[in-house]
Amino acid sequence: MRRFFPMPTRLAWKVWQRNRDVFFKTYLVNFLPPFVEPVLYLLALGYGLGLFVGEIDGVPYVSFIAPALLAISMMNSSFFECTYSSFVRMYYQKAYDAMVATPLSIEDVIAGELLWGATRSLIYTTAMLVVLIAFGVVALPSSLLVIPFSFLAGLLFSGIAMCFTAISPSIDTLNYPAFLFITPMFLFSGTFFPLSVLPGPIQVFAMAVLPLAQVVTVSRSFTLASVSLPLFLYSIAWIAVVCTVLFFVSIYLMRRRLVV
Amino acid sequence: MQGSEETTEGKRGDNRIRSPIIRARDLVKNYGNVRAVDTISFEVMPGEVFGFLGPNGAGKTTTMRMIQCVSPPTAGFLSVFGLDVKDHPAGIKRWLGVVPQETNLDPDFSCRENLLVYARYFDIPAREAQKRADELLAFMQLTEKADVPIDGLSGGMKRRLILARALINNPRLLILDEPTIGLDPQARHMMWEKLKALQAMGNTIILTTHYLEEAERLCDRLVIMDAGRVLVEGRPADLVRRYTGDEIVESENSPQVLACLQEMGCRYEVHGDMVQAFSDQPRVLARRILETCNPGRVFVRRGTLEDVFLTLTGRELRE
Repeated sequence: MRRFFPMPTRLAWKVWQRNRDVFFKTYLVNFLPPFVEPVLYLLALGYGLGLFVGEIDGVPYVSFIAPALLAISMMNSSFFECTYSSFVRMYYQKAYDAMVATPLSIEDVIAGELLWGATRSLIYTTAMLVVLIAFGVVALPSSLLVIPFSFLAGLLFSGIAMCFTAISPSIDTLNYPAFLFITPMFLFSGTFFPLSVLPGPIQVFAMAVLPLAQVVTVSRSFTLASVSLPLFLYSIAWIAVVCTVLFFVSIYLMRRRLVV
Repeated sequence: MQGSEETTEGKRGDNRIRSPIIRARDLVKNYGNVRAVDTISFEVMPGEVFGFLGPNGAGKTTTMRMIQCVSPPTAGFLSVFGLDVKDHPAGIKRWLGVVPQETNLDPDFSCRENLLVYARYFDIPAREAQKRADELLAFMQLTEKADVPIDGLSGGMKRRLILARALINNPRLLILDEPTIGLDPQARHMMWEKLKALQAMGNTIILTTHYLEEAERLCDRLVIMDAGRVLVEGRPADLVRRYTGDEIVESENSPQVLACLQEMGCRYEVHGDMVQAFSDQPRVLARRILETCNPGRVFVRRGTLEDVFLTLTGRELRE
């Protein structure tokens, strides 16, 4: 059955461990962005721009964007890990070739990369959450739910990223999804202004297909400690389903690329 | 299989009753419409060093990749350790040591860390991995470089570290794809020394190489491949004797010499400004050429695997 359906084994964690070891070798560099970035955004957008915006839906602007910063961090940390970094390991370092010469299968390798992408999201989001809590812009204790959620959201974006990596002929063509998919999503997913100000069809489009819009919805429910239950459940279900499907699709696409 | 017994009898004993490590029967591999490996069959016995020779595009690396269970065969049968590669990739790979053509060490780690991380892929317990890593670094003369990042190694050191990495799981079969590619003579001799030592310990090794001297030194038995097919199989010395004779007569290529050779009716080949003649009695032939054909120069040299290789695969450039 495994020959037809991509089924990773527990050996995937060996790949995860390898990436973890590299990450903590250079942890000083790695921990800089999640601590510095939110401070900059909070100061510039939250307190600077927020002075003119005031409140959105009865919420101070800085509290409105705080969950969006978390969601964006989940997206960026996992997406860029499983596109550019994975591509470098696969294509330039031939790391996957070295790994599949051991009992690891290509399914194990890709699953390990995806799990690591999700873990990176968890690490970065947790670090960022500490900063946001220090600024007092997120509700407690409900905001702590962001931590486990960031793993799921990270797995979602890792899966999306790995699909692009699997079909990208060169590292340069990864710029297409980065600029045409990630950047627009960064701006139009209810991040810095509510989706409700956009025209109706675009709102529907965003909630139907944009992964970040779902992730922002869920994060915001946690950090504001206020839930619109149907929307929340819809977004969680959307993420869970798409994440599961892409986990296997990305492994399948990678196997098609690498096993010849 | 008969041929190899003479050489392996003494040190390894009863090969006849042992089953082959690798068994390939009518093996085929297609990439799209291109047939990279075309119906080849061979067997590798325990303790043997078995070589795959051939020009670029002969199908050597493809064959290696099928044995490694990373490239599924299109047709035919291939088993390693008696297990079918289609059904037991993980079980086979557990006991393989692979030195790939391209250096794929992990640049994010030092030499020792490279070995330890690799050991983890084989589920080797941390303490045992430490011990083996230190032993292998010493064996490969890399102990001083243990904590140096990969970027700080010379080409020869990198190849030796890859060989150390391939040995971390005590493999029952070593697969070497161009083990000395791109090395200077010193580094190459060092690598040969290590491979000879592994051979003496009774390891089963298969290797591909473009360096025919390397094949002659290391291989108990080999195949020469071209365009996906096996042209010939045998022990290096036997192949040289069969295809070129023990010695070859080389002379200057002049019309006079050619006319002379034709008259004598012996087999010869023209290569640029040189002509090679083959005979059962090369020294007699050389004397006759010297005495009757007025050559600029003529000499007799030992036949080599390179002569066999060029005779079988031609001199056309492969790119």
